[in-house]
Order: sequence, then C-alpha cells, then structure tokens
Amino acid sequence: MADKHHETPMLDELENGPWPSFISGIKRLRDQHPEKRIRDVTNSLLGQLEHSYETRKGYWKGGTVSVFGYGGGIIPRFSEVASAFPESKEFHTIRVQPPAGNFYTTDMLRQLGDSWEKHGSGLVTFHGQTGNIMFIGTTSEGTQHFFDDINEYGWDLGGAGPCVRTGMSCVGAARCEQSCCSEHNIHRKLLNRFTDDVHRPALPYKFKFKVSGCPNDCQNAIERSDFAVIGTWRDDMKVDQAEVKAFVAKKGRQYVIDNVTTRCPTQAMTLNDDDTLTIDNRNCVRCMHCLNVMTKALSPGDDKGVTILIGGKRTLKIGDLMGTVVIPFMKMESEEDYDRITELGETIIDFWAENGLEHERCGEMVERIGLVNFLEGIGIDVDPNMVSSPRQSSYVRMDGWDEEAEKWFARKQEEKRARA
Amino acid sequence: MALADMRPPIESGCPDGFQYMHPVMVKNYGNWHYHEHPRPGVLLHVAHSGDKIWTVKAGTQRILDVFTLRKLCQIGDEQGEGFVRFTLRSNIEYMVADEAKVEPLIKALEDAGFVVGGTANSISTLSHTQGWLHCDIPGTDASGVVKAMMDELIDDFKNCRMPNRVHITTSCCQINCGGQGDIAINVQHTKPPKINHNLVSNVCERPSVVARCPVAAIRPAMVNGKPSLEVDEKKCICCGACYPPCPPMQINDAEHTKLAVWVGGNHSNARGKPTFQKLVAAGIPNNPPRWPEATAIVKQILKAYREGARDWERINDWIERIGWPRFFEVTGLPFTKYHVDNWRGARHSLNASTHIRF
Ligand code: HEM
Ligand code: SF4
Ligand code: SF4
Ligand code: SF4
Ligand code: SF4
Repeated sequence: MADKHHETPMLDELENGPWPSFISGIKRLRDQHPEKRIRDVTNSLLGQLEHSYETRKGYWKGGTVSVFGYGGGIIPRFSEVASAFPESKEFHTIRVQPPAGNFYTTDMLRQLGDSWEKHGSGLVTFHGQTGNIMFIGTTSEGTQHFFDDINEYGWDLGGAGPCVRTGMSCVGAARCEQSCCSEHNIHRKLLNRFTDDVHRPALPYKFKFKVSGCPNDCQNAIERSDFAVIGTWRDDMKVDQAEVKAFVAKKGRQYVIDNVTTRCPTQAMTLNDDDTLTIDNRNCVRCMHCLNVMTKALSPGDDKGVTILIGGKRTLKIGDLMGTVVIPFMKMESEEDYDRITELGETIIDFWAENGLEHERCGEMVERIGLVNFLEGIGIDVDPNMVSSPRQSSYVRMDGWDEEAEKWFARKQEEKRARA
Repeated sequence: MALADMRPPIESGCPDGFQYMHPVMVKNYGNWHYHEHPRPGVLLHVAHSGDKIWTVKAGTQRILDVFTLRKLCQIGDEQGEGFVRFTLRSNIEYMVADEAKVEPLIKALEDAGFVVGGTANSISTLSHTQGWLHCDIPGTDASGVVKAMMDELIDDFKNCRMPNRVHITTSCCQINCGGQGDIAINVQHTKPPKINHNLVSNVCERPSVVARCPVAAIRPAMVNGKPSLEVDEKKCICCGACYPPCPPMQINDAEHTKLAVWVGGNHSNARGKPTFQKLVAAGIPNNPPRWPEATAIVKQILKAYREGARDWERINDWIERIGWPRFFEVTGLPFTKYHVDNWRGARHSLNASTHIRF
C-alpha cells in the first residue's frame, strides 16, 4: 500500500526550473527509499517545511543532545509542531569535521552515506558555512549510533557552542599555483592541538581557525575567522619575462596596461618598451592581482611564510570586523615553526578565555581593550604593519615615549644582528 | 544503554586529507606552475613536473539525499577517477589526470541534471545557510531561496560573461551565517520582538538576554506578576539578537520580516583590501516559494554590473570607480535615509570632501 503523504503545493513549485531541486531529492527519499523509517521522516519533514512556507515561520527549537564523552558537536532540533508532524519530531544535525581541503574519495562518500542511511534521514550537506559536513536529521539515539559508527573509521565531531570550531582550508598546495604554505598541515596542526576545546565548549564564545594559501583568501579567513592564516612571501616575486612577452603579444599592450599595471594598488609595476615587466618588489603589497591575471608569467617568490590576522567575525554584537594583522610574517617550514603557530593559538585562546566577556568574540575583546593591551597580553611587539595609519587623535598620555622608542631601536638592532 | 556499555569517543579531530587526494595532486603538492580555463566549469592545472590535472566543477542542490550522493559517486567512478572535493560554495569538483575523461564527465553530470560551471567569471552557487529546513531561528528559508535564484541565474553559472567572479550569499537571520558577498540577500526584521511573558522566566536566563542586546534596549520587568523582560521599542533596532537566547521573544513575523540586499563584500586582497558589503535595498517581501521580488533586484544589479564594470572589477571595485550616486542611478534603486550609517565608526562613511561626480 502506498504511504500517505502531506500535501506540499508550495514546495512543489521548487521542483520546477533547471537548477537541481532539493525538494525532488527529499521526495525521492519519501517515495523510493526501501526503509519505512526514512520514508516517514522525510514525509513528515516535507509537511513541516510546507507549513513553514505557508506561515512564514520556523518550527524548530533547540535543546541539549550530545554523544557520550563530548559536550558539543550536535545541533539539537525538536519540532514545535510535532503533533502534526510526529515522525520528524527529533531532527538533530550532526557536525562532522571534514578533512583539510575537503577531499574525498567516492568510496569514502559512499561509506558515510551508508552509515547515515542506517541511522539518520539520508540528508547530508557538504558543507555548512563553518565547514562541517552536516548530517541533517536524526533522533538522539541515532546521533550516538551514527557517531559510534563513523568515529570507528576516522571521523570526529566538529564544534558547536562556545568552543574552538571546525577549521577550514583552501584547496591550496594540492592544486593551486598561488599557494605559499601547506594549508592542510597548518589546518590540522592547529585544529588537532585544540581537539579538547572543540568537543567540550568552555570558552567565552566561538573561536574559528581558517587557512588560505595566499592573499586571494579563497577561504574567507580574514573576515570569517578569529585566527586567519594567510600564505605570503617576502622575497621578490618570480617573473618569467619570456612568458610576459608572450602574454603581451597575445593580449596586446593596451590590455596589459588597463588590466595589469594600472590595477596595481601601489603602482609597483612598469610595462617596458620591450614588453617585459619591471616590478618594484619593495612596494608590492602581495595583493595577488597581477599574479591572477598572468598566472603563467608571474609567481610568488621562494621565501614563503604566513601572515596571521586576529579577530574577524560577523555582525553580532558590535558589527562586522575584519581580522587585524598580529604577525606580519612567519616562516612555516620546520617543526619549530609549526610549534610556534600552535603556541600562538594557545596564548591567544588562553588570554581571551581569561579576559573575554561571556559571549564576546576575540575581535570584540580586542576592540574593547585596544590592540596594544591585547598585544601586551600575548607578548607581541607593536609593528607598523598592524595599522593602516598611526593615530590621528592627540588625546592620549605619552609619558612613556622615551622607553618605547628605546625598545624600538633595541629591537631593530637585534634584527640587524640576527640577519648578519 | 547502561553507562558501562557506552563507547568512549576516539578524539581523532580533523582527518588527513592526503589519503583522499588524487595521486597526481599528492605527487605535485606545492609544485603547481599555472592553470588554464579550457571552458566554463573546467580548470586545467599544470605542475612544474609537467603533470596535468583537470577539474570539472558542478553545482548541486547542496541538501543531498543519499540517492543523489550515490549518483555523484557513480559518476565519479564511471567517468571520473574516484576523487572529488567540495568548494566553499558547495559545488562538487571531480579531478582527473586523463583529458579524455573531461567531456564524458561533463556529459554524465549534465545528463543527471547537475550543472557544470561555476569557474572564473561566472556567478557561482549562492552560499547557503539552513533556513526553515533545520535552523531554530530563521526568518526565511535558505535552500528554497538558493534554488529559486539559481533557476534564474543558471546561464551565468554555466558561462563566464561577468567582468569578474560573482559570489552571492544568503542569510536567514540578521546574525548572518552567510558571509560577505558581492551580493548578499539577508533577512531584515522591521518590528521589535513580540514577547510571550508567560514563558520568559522559565525559558530565558534574563541577565544574559539583557547583555545580548546591541543597543541596551532590554530590561528586566515584572509583567502580570511574573518576572519577564521588557523592550524599549523606540531604541530597539529589530536585530533579533535576543531571540536565540530567549525564544519567547519572537522576532520572526510573517509580514514584517523582510529581506534586504547588500553589495560589495569581497574577501580577497586582490587590488584593494577586503571589503564589507553595503546596504542597497530593503523592504523586500519575504515571499516563498520563489521570492520573485528579491530575485528581480539581484538581477537588476547584476545587469548594471555586467554592462558597466571593466574586466577584473568585482562589484566593489566597480562601485568604487563609478561612485555610489551612479550605482543608484544605473540600478534604479532608491537612495533613502536608511542608507546613511549611524552605527559606531559611521563617520568614516560620510563624504568629507568635494569629490562629487556630476
Ligand atoms: C541558535 C543559534 C544558532 C544556530 C542554530 C546556528 C547554526 C549555524 C550553523 C549550522 C552554521 C553552519 C555550521 C557549519 O558549517 O557547521 C552556522 C554558521 C555560522 N554561524 Fe551560526 N548558528 C546560531 C547562532 C549564531 C550566532 C548567535 C551567531 C553570531 C554571532 C552565528 C554566526 C554564525 C556565523 C558567522 C557562521 C558562519 C561563519 C563561518 O564562515 O565560519 N550563529 N551557524
Ligand atoms: S587562497 Fe590562494 S592558494 Fe588558496 S586556493 Fe585561493 S588562490 Fe589558491
Ligand atoms: S601583487 Fe598586487 S601589489 Fe604586487 S605588483 Fe602585483 S598588482 Fe602590484
Ligand atoms: S543565518 Fe541565522 S537563521 Fe539562517 S541558518 Fe544561520 S543562524 Fe540560522
Ligand atoms: S531585537 Fe535586537 S535591539 Fe531589539 S531588543 Fe532584541 S536584541 Fe535588542
């Protein structure tokens, strides 16, 4: 006998049109899945969603659900209209950390799909906006069984609540010529140092790490993470003048002037009469524009490393913030370099855990206490690369000037000695 | 289950991606030389070793049922080489080392209803939050908005006719899981929360709700003899921040929860520094199942951008060159008092010069 279905006239509209339809997908589960549990859950889900479409209201509420041994990683969902749609009355989302770079074999995707079909609704998303694989829709019991299952073959929960959240990294060195660091190693080194803080929420609020291999920041790290790691280089960019000439020959001088040299934010490039390029590397700010346009002719230099920016976040509560440069350049090659970046993460998280107010992101704390107090708290010296310009207000007490100037000169001396 | 039967978790954290990576990518890790763009939806990366890898990119419905997931895997096994990844905007990418597989892969994907494209100067898939399907605070749906808009923008997903890439985001509350976008379609509430005073004292931790409000509009109060919370409606900016910690402060409203459109958010450092998006249109009805009014405004902006911007200009670069007055002129959108910022730091957004385009 055919199952009885909720009517979904509004959702049906979303089956029209050329883009793949998630409604058709959910209906496939409802109509074709061999297991009655999944057919019932998805029917009920469609009924509740249709109800939302009709009334323009959401009907999920939160709660507390977790797996044995962890405090976070599950987004509990209980229906407020369970009497009308009982089969999906519990519809929790499980956040699972993806591999660095979001790589999968089809075999692994099938295996995850098989486990999920056993214990959940059969609906999954690669990935949520924070980067987790989101397995959407199961009961409290299903949550534990599914986790037990996939945890045995290498998968762990992501963060939810006031904790270190799942990290993200761009495709980077695996397939991108612009990459200036090993995004995946940095991502895993950082995240897996804080596994305990991912699973047991005990921080003022969320804390996110994101890694982009170059200033194109495909991972949106500066704006969307508390701790943004961006690959860069500090020697000269590489110029293959033969390729430059070939590019000019193909595209024309006008194109190169209009689209490459005049677009440089610091006027650091000159197109010469012989169709070669001269780059003023001291004034190149590594914006990536020219390298993006002329990918074959221009490449990052050899002395690669990362810039670290702290404090990016979205609107709540004081308005959107970009991260601020805290480490202008750091090599990222040796074991010690990797230890240094995880130590920096520890220092910053510890300082914020101690000084952040409840529900205050790291960037908001920096805004409240000022960058200088933050830097002193984490033991990092001020640097002109951290500001767009020096202060413009004279309302400040500066009776420590001489000592501070002395520190600067001493530091410069030290750097000179280290270079010699 | 008795506690003794419980299985302690293996705290393995973030898995190693190398085990799932195409062998050509493992071999040439960190040694790529350049890339080409043979056609929309396809990238060719060439390593210093001379090795090549082709990527075929496709848009999906993102909320994948296991049947669709298996279909994607089957295509990856039969026409691809079994290695995939997902982009930030939930597009799937198939990597193959054999050029001969590219065309059959495209065909198999298109035959199965997926959409090949999303590379270079295209409009990529809208990034997508949870919405009515599975969030507890949404003012609108996410998957439905994305589906309805991508139906209209699909030709520009499949082609590369834009001046530069276009990233569109959606957010179904004002907290905004969706990020900055060249264009962002976000919920904007227009009325203060409606409070169910009978529930507040049971459900809400009142001091933390008071602390949550960005404009200090909430204060504890006794209502009908019960401890509750009160909102100063003159101060309230209708942001909805009190709603997640205190669900009896219902902010969502079938009529007064609207959509707003923002433009010029850009995460990249290319050319200028990263930028935040700016408000351009509001008061747009939250109109399921297909949100035609919001889509019409998005298309209006995209048309003006496509006609007016130079090569490589993202939407923020384009507006910076032509100026905001011209933006409102060419898009036909009204400029109102609500466009003038009054939040902290707002002064920086005022024109303190005679730089005016006539
Ligand atoms: C009841 C509350 C909330 C729920 C259920 C919720 C749910 C989610 C989910 C499911 C995601 C995607 C997660 C993933 O990829 O794994 C997400 C991302 C995000 N959420 Fe929330 N959220 C809530 C409250 C908030 C609040 C209060 C804020 C703000 C301050 C916020 C800001 C964000 C941001 C900025 C992202 C994406 C950021 C990124 O790119 O990493 N959310 N949220
Ligand atoms: S951020 Fe840079 S290195 Fe990473 S994928 Fe984008 S362009 Fe490549
Ligand atoms: S990378 Fe940017 S700043 Fe540097 S030379 Fe090229 S365009 Fe100029
Ligand atoms: S944008 Fe808001 S409503 Fe939408 S999924 Fe994110 S937290 Fe939920
Ligand atoms: S909606 Fe926003 S401004 Fe209004 S009371 Fe709630 S938190 Fe405060």
